[in-house]
Amino acid sequence: MAEEKEMVNIYIMGKHYKVPYGLTIMKAMEYAGYRFIRGCGCRGGFCGACGTVYRKPGDFRLKVGLACQTVVEDGMYLTQIPFYPANKATYNLEELTPTLGTLLQYYPEMTRCLGCNSCTRICPQELSVMDYIAAAQRGDIEKAANMSFDCIMCGLCASRCPAEIVQYNVAILARRLYGRHIAPRAQHLAKRVEEIKAGKFDEEISRLMKMDRAELQKLYDARDIEP
Amino acid sequence: MYTQEMLEAIKIVEKTRERRLKETFPRLKPEEKEQLLRSFHPDYMPDAMRPVKVGPNKGEKMPHEHVDLLESRSMLDPDHFSLEKIDYDVDVLVIGGGGAGTSAALLAQEEGADVLLVTKLRHGDANTMMAEGGIQAADKENDSPAIHYLDVMGGGGFHNIPELVAALVMDAPLCIQWLESLGCMFSKFPDGTMNTIHGGGTSRKRMHFAHDYSGAEIMRTLRDEARNRGIKVIEFSPAVELIMDEHGQCAGAVLYNLETEQYLVVRSKTVIIATGGSGRLHIAGSPTTNHYGATADGLVMAYRAGAKLIFLDATQFHPTGVAFPEQIVGQLVTEKVRGLGAQLVNADGEQFIYPLETRDAVSSAIIRECKERKKGIATPSGMYGVWLDSPMIEILHGKGTIEKELPAMFRQYKRFNINMAEQPILIYPTLHYQNGGILINDRAETSIPNLYVAGEASGGVHGRNRLMGNSLLDIIVFGRRAGKNAAQRAKSVQLGRLTLDHVKRFHEELQKEGLGQKVAPILLPDYRGKIS
Repeated sequence: MAEEKEMVNIYIMGKHYKVPYGLTIMKAMEYAGYRFIRGCGCRGGFCGACGTVYRKPGDFRLKVGLACQTVVEDGMYLTQIPFYPANKATYNLEELTPTLGTLLQYYPEMTRCLGCNSCTRICPQELSVMDYIAAAQRGDIEKAANMSFDCIMCGLCASRCPAEIVQYNVAILARRLYGRHIAPRAQHLAKRVEEIKAGKFDEEISRLMKMDRAELQKLYDARDIEP
Repeated sequence: MYTQEMLEAIKIVEKTRERRLKETFPRLKPEEKEQLLRSFHPDYMPDAMRPVKVGPNKGEKMPHEHVDLLESRSMLDPDHFSLEKIDYDVDVLVIGGGGAGTSAALLAQEEGADVLLVTKLRHGDANTMMAEGGIQAADKENDSPAIHYLDVMGGGGFHNIPELVAALVMDAPLCIQWLESLGCMFSKFPDGTMNTIHGGGTSRKRMHFAHDYSGAEIMRTLRDEARNRGIKVIEFSPAVELIMDEHGQCAGAVLYNLETEQYLVVRSKTVIIATGGSGRLHIAGSPTTNHYGATADGLVMAYRAGAKLIFLDATQFHPTGVAFPEQIVGQLVTEKVRGLGAQLVNADGEQFIYPLETRDAVSSAIIRECKERKKGIATPSGMYGVWLDSPMIEILHGKGTIEKELPAMFRQYKRFNINMAEQPILIYPTLHYQNGGILINDRAETSIPNLYVAGEASGGVHGRNRLMGNSLLDIIVFGRRAGKNAAQRAKSVQLGRLTLDHVKRFHEELQKEGLGQKVAPILLPDYRGKIS
């Protein structure tokens, strides 16, 4: 297979390898002989383990991508950044109030943002990172929560921030504040939990548990299905 | 970017779309479903399985890939490995840092236990993180745990263990409420009502979701909470063997630090296995949706200690894995795409299955369409797939719905220059879930004293086929139960001398059968020098 494919030259941490054209960076590194311990997680773009930075010859710009979702290009100089030391505040969510003061109490460095937009430019999810930090600075927790929702916490934003903000940790605090203290609770859920605790469904469930396969199959086939 | 041939094939799908929008493909009758599964589901393919020759399930058929591991020897030499120096001494050891393990750790700590969570990769590297579609719970007026129960049993082919299903459906609303209180951002209407939709095999719209990052949202919330509460976590240090005591109780585990290559001994009054599934064994040579570490470690360890496995011969293939582009073949396309109205369409532009049949049935129908009826669409690499007509969603629910409701899917395809809001996507079944696992009861206990299991590593609750949205539910329900019960139990446990005699005995059994050449758990798949 490999022989028939067009090959490209890549440089993993400066070291030259020839790999088949069309592979993702992750698969290309494995083809080159790497067996990942760090820098590889879900392999599907959800976990943020495989943040990778690279440059192409003759281009001063630093580029970025998830190794599992980015295709190798000829001449790529690349390295993964699987871990970056980050300041993570610890808090008791239940006791917090969803205010600007809370965000500032745990992440005062948030106000040091220089507006350079490096975080937004590096985000492999193409989130407007600087803008959600701006929303957080205004105390607009709902906006910060929603704008940061697709964050996979890969940490690349924090690695580039000259103000040393850990954007993704600010973001998860905003999201949890929103989810717990701002978004209205589901009333039907609370009601159902009370009904279950009161034993409303116990009898029906234990009746079903005693049924044999034929009885269950009959009930199953006769189910009315919500359109 | 689609090839010219594929763009031509898409025109056929576009031509029939308007007519299909008004068509509902008939659901399968029970006997049709049975026939379809027997003829086309990978579980029924000859040569896919063989009987395991050793251990508690001796003589039972399982996929070769599982049998290979169960017939392997330990990484440790039980005659010479010393358990004398104890590196960690705790009340509850949780093995696995996904959704089940983290839920278990949180609940165990709430019960006052000294908890240690160990995990092979990073905390949160797990299939939980990749679950897109949602989590089931019967919390709406027209729904009830009993209706949920019936859906689960029917989906599992009525093989499910009743007490486990009862636990699953009765705990479901409590678990959603717990997640809500932890700040999980479920998709809600302005008044707080949960936005819920159908999944394959559901009779009520009870799929709760957080866009299509449902599992990621749950995982990062639980992980953040664990960090806030100061739960001890050791990353990159998988357990490789359970430790027993002289009275036959589970008493800890040996860890292997992947980075320093050193072993560590953990003594623990109770142990919870939450090591997840086994997609990275690539059963039947299939690509998989699973994360990098899904290699059945927990099954291997528990089996050696004498725990019984159940339904390992039932493997779930998710109907809609990526068939094109090649770079991401096998990755998940969430069932929510069908939940929002996209139909499955063959090369003639026609439907061939009701899109929300249970996963085993839909997968079988796609395989039939490609292999027997030759109505699949070829990719440049020689694979076949069928269309998932995603643009229908934009017609049914308005322009922009895909980007808003399926941001992960939209992004996944956009990275390869395919706009799924305008063009259908090509899919084929992919290895997704281990329906079976280590047999547990409704307290998440195994047959081994002080050993608990939760999540995908366990077996019984889903029978032979899990429904969408019941895996995220399973990990929370049984993670919580395992954590609470293990912590309470730990209060009265008295441990004796630690031993690896069970490994010694297992090695003897292997030797009698001429087995044990390979070593397991394998911990990570090996793709070196290959195109995976």
